Amino acid sequence: MRPMRLAALTAVLALGVAACGGTTKSSVTSAPAQPPASSAAAAADPDAPIKQGLKLAFLPKQINNPYMTIVAEAGAEAAGEFQGEAKEVGPSDASASSQISYINTLTQQGHDAILISANDPNAVCGPLQQARDKGIKIVSYDSDAAPECRDLFINQASSEEVGRSQVQLLAEMIGHKGEIAILSATANATNQNTWIEFMKDELTKAEYKDMELVKVAYGDDDDQKSFTETQGLLQAYPDLKGIISPTTVGVAAAARYISGSKYKGEVVLTGLGTPNQMRQFVKDGTVEKFALWNPKDLGYLASYAAAALVSGQITGAEGETFKAGKLGERTIGAKGEVILGPPFTFEASNIDDFDF
Amino acid sequence: MTATTTRPEPAARDRSARSLVDLVFRARELSLVLALAALVGGTAAVNPNFLSGQGVEDILLNTAILALLAVGQSMVVITRNLDLSVGSVVGLVAFVVGDALASGWGLVPGVVLGIAIGAACGLLNGLLVSFCRVPALVVTLGTLYVFQGVCHYVAAGRQINAVNLPPALLSLGNGAVLGVPYLPLITVVIMFAIGYYLRAYPSGREFYAIGSSPEAARLAGVPVRRRVLAAYLVSGCLAGLAGVLWLARFGTVVADSANGWELLVISAVVVGGVAITGGVGSVYGAALGALLLTVIGGALVVLRVNPFWQQAITGALLLIAISVDRVLALRVARLLRRRSRHG
Repeated sequence: MRPMRLAALTAVLALGVAACGGTTKSSVTSAPAQPPASSAAAAADPDAPIKQGLKLAFLPKQINNPYMTIVAEAGAEAAGEFQGEAKEVGPSDASASSQISYINTLTQQGHDAILISANDPNAVCGPLQQARDKGIKIVSYDSDAAPECRDLFINQASSEEVGRSQVQLLAEMIGHKGEIAILSATANATNQNTWIEFMKDELTKAEYKDMELVKVAYGDDDDQKSFTETQGLLQAYPDLKGIISPTTVGVAAAARYISGSKYKGEVVLTGLGTPNQMRQFVKDGTVEKFALWNPKDLGYLASYAAAALVSGQITGAEGETFKAGKLGERTIGAKGEVILGPPFTFEASNIDDFDF
Repeated sequence: MTATTTRPEPAARDRSARSLVDLVFRARELSLVLALAALVGGTAAVNPNFLSGQGVEDILLNTAILALLAVGQSMVVITRNLDLSVGSVVGLVAFVVGDALASGWGLVPGVVLGIAIGAACGLLNGLLVSFCRVPALVVTLGTLYVFQGVCHYVAAGRQINAVNLPPALLSLGNGAVLGVPYLPLITVVIMFAIGYYLRAYPSGREFYAIGSSPEAARLAGVPVRRRVLAAYLVSGCLAGLAGVLWLARFGTVVADSANGWELLVISAVVVGGVAITGGVGSVYGAALGALLLTVIGGALVVLRVNPFWQQAITGALLLIAISVDRVLALRVARLLRRRSRHG
């Protein structure tokens, strides 16, 4: 049933794309071709100045995705700080094949760097290599391309930091004491399971000796299922003090259930959610704090990293450092990854600064 | 509850045969109630919280939307048809109405819009099935994809968030009047209205006649096409209403909400004693079926049973229900034959 439905869906979506596609292409065709901006310096020169007038292109998974738009706008803002310019182009459907034609167009236009959130790590590899052969620097962000076809990956948060910080966030709110549970997505979700492993590891530390993880429940990223699982957790463990839901669907469903039940104010809920979906529940007091990475910082950092690459400050090797404006100095880790930092905590005082 | 309306038999014999049939199928609803009582009792014995005020409210709220869809679906199934598109209609309505409410529509126009979209979807299904004579399975499988595609097109990757919805709608989702939550109240009122119509009105009985034998019903002068169309229309309207209730309950809606619910709804209907071959069953049974499936889901979570078993148990229940239907149908047929011979 599933693949069939997907196929039918793709067909319908394709119709939609045909009807309204190509909106972003026309604005860029007139850009003059440029020679490769830097002669791909073999050695990094950390003191090289950032070049003026750099042209960066953000290629998100799809345009019209509010989250992706915020990333690219912040990237453009950063480019403004070093007198460069950045724009966002991309397909209206999140598919690798549509991204490829955009990569080819951007390559022909001679941009200094392409920043991509890959829809498929391998499918975009060939076109990205062709771009690199012409001296264009490739920076992936949000969703990595295969490491051999990009110079850098700006990782929004390390799995370890996500897992540990979730426990720290909850522990702080419940006074490091009491039973806690986790409401995850599906039982085999890679992200969530990695995070949960780090949560369990964090809980073995001495400061959490009075906290006990009593259950990991799975809401399958389904509203009704997440509701039922939350209800079940609260009924089966009457002394439950806190729930961590490291999935955007789960945390919103759990918040919605708790907001209309007697558990509101009794049980602390936190997790990974977007400000828009959680705003209501922060305002009505169901949720005090939750986390996610800050997409503005992600775009900002990606822009600076691309500029540093093009200007020859870094080559993408482990251990090199570069300055990323207001975010300070950053170091390249293993496999050419730059980690944005610990997840960003949203709460009543700052949630209205974000719209995604 | 078979179609025994138009038999010019001697009144006494007719009545006794009819009461026998009624008894057998009442027994079905009775056995559902017993199964429910055992399940709830057992679970509550292990964890008394299951029957606390909040626990009961949760069960009722969880059941309301599924039961509403099951009531609509059972009307279609009774006429020996099927509506696979209900899940997609719920998703479409939830998103479109959510979008409208977020842009400033009032609650009442929003509900009307939701029911109107549901009615339009039901009308399309009904026209294709009844007038174009396309098998219901194919038609509603097709419209399942179409409605879902439309929803994805309208949504374009967006999400409806609770903060943009009017507080009136959100309190409809988890508020209560005199301690009874709104959602189950709405479902119960609609269930009794449709149940009474199907049982007490001649045109209501015709739905059963069509399901028992479409050909015989046509020859007896029953407006088959109009009744089938009406069944789809009702199912569509209720799916539309369910979409609005979905929005009210969950607050956060993406394009594919209620994805896959069509099969859950049909399971509830069949477990509730509505024969998939038409002509037999009641909306009360269907709603009880929905309640049973929901309670099982809740009980397994409370009893900390591996969630894998939930699907396995739902499947087993379906098989039991269908087997019981078959055995009962054969028994009743034999009994009726013997009575009319000796009568």
